[in-house]
Amino acid sequence: MSSIILYWSITISQLLLVAAMACCAVRIIRGPRAQDRVLAFDALYVCAMLLLLAFGIRTGATLYFEAALVISVLGFVSTVALAKFLMRGEVIE
Amino acid sequence: MIDAGDFPVWAALLVGFFALLGSGLTLLGAIGLLRFRSFYERVHAPTLGTTWGTGGLLLASMIGFTVLESRPVVHELLIAAFITVTTPVSLMLLARASLYRDRTENSTSVPPFEAVETPEPSPEPSPESKP
Repeated sequence: MSSIILYWSITISQLLLVAAMACCAVRIIRGPRAQDRVLAFDALYVCAMLLLLAFGIRTGATLYFEAALVISVLGFVSTVALAKFLMRGEVIE
Repeated sequence: MIDAGDFPVWAALLVGFFALLGSGLTLLGAIGLLRFRSFYERVHAPTLGTTWGTGGLLLASMIGFTVLESRPVVHELLIAAFITVTTPVSLMLLARASLYRDRTENSTSVPPFEAVETPEPSPEPSPESKP
């Protein structure tokens, strides 16, 4: 019983996250300006991190937690670098 | 985790509820990102995914691993703390960069430089004329 509940809830959750990633990808493609694309990229890596977490719950392995942590750290750094680039025209002054 | 036969039903219900809540709210934020009209409206939408979306899935993961391993597993709090701290910083930097870009192009949708900046003393009087 519990395995059925877990299986279907995690599967539906992964499908919803993939749909959210698709919305972000459409915004990256359509986004009228650069800052829209950077914002959609920010939302995209958060969705990817949540997808890894859902995969970790599904398989019961704690390995995916570290991957999610690395994605969140590097995503923050890349978003800040891109915002700095949009603001100043260069990343490291 | 799915193969665990001794996983209790209440824990499975809790994990499923929080996972569905988190991913549903993330999807809602992504749809908002897709449908809002201007950038300054769109910048609010993905925070739905970074607050309750992340919180829901991290709660599901914490409950699941705590029940599965019969000991408290709270290392997901690292991701929660990190996302909570970094999301406002990155989105504020992005919004400021966007505001700067719109102002330098004299866009009519944002207030110009003079309307919001504090009035600074005009550089006309030279420092020598002041007492």
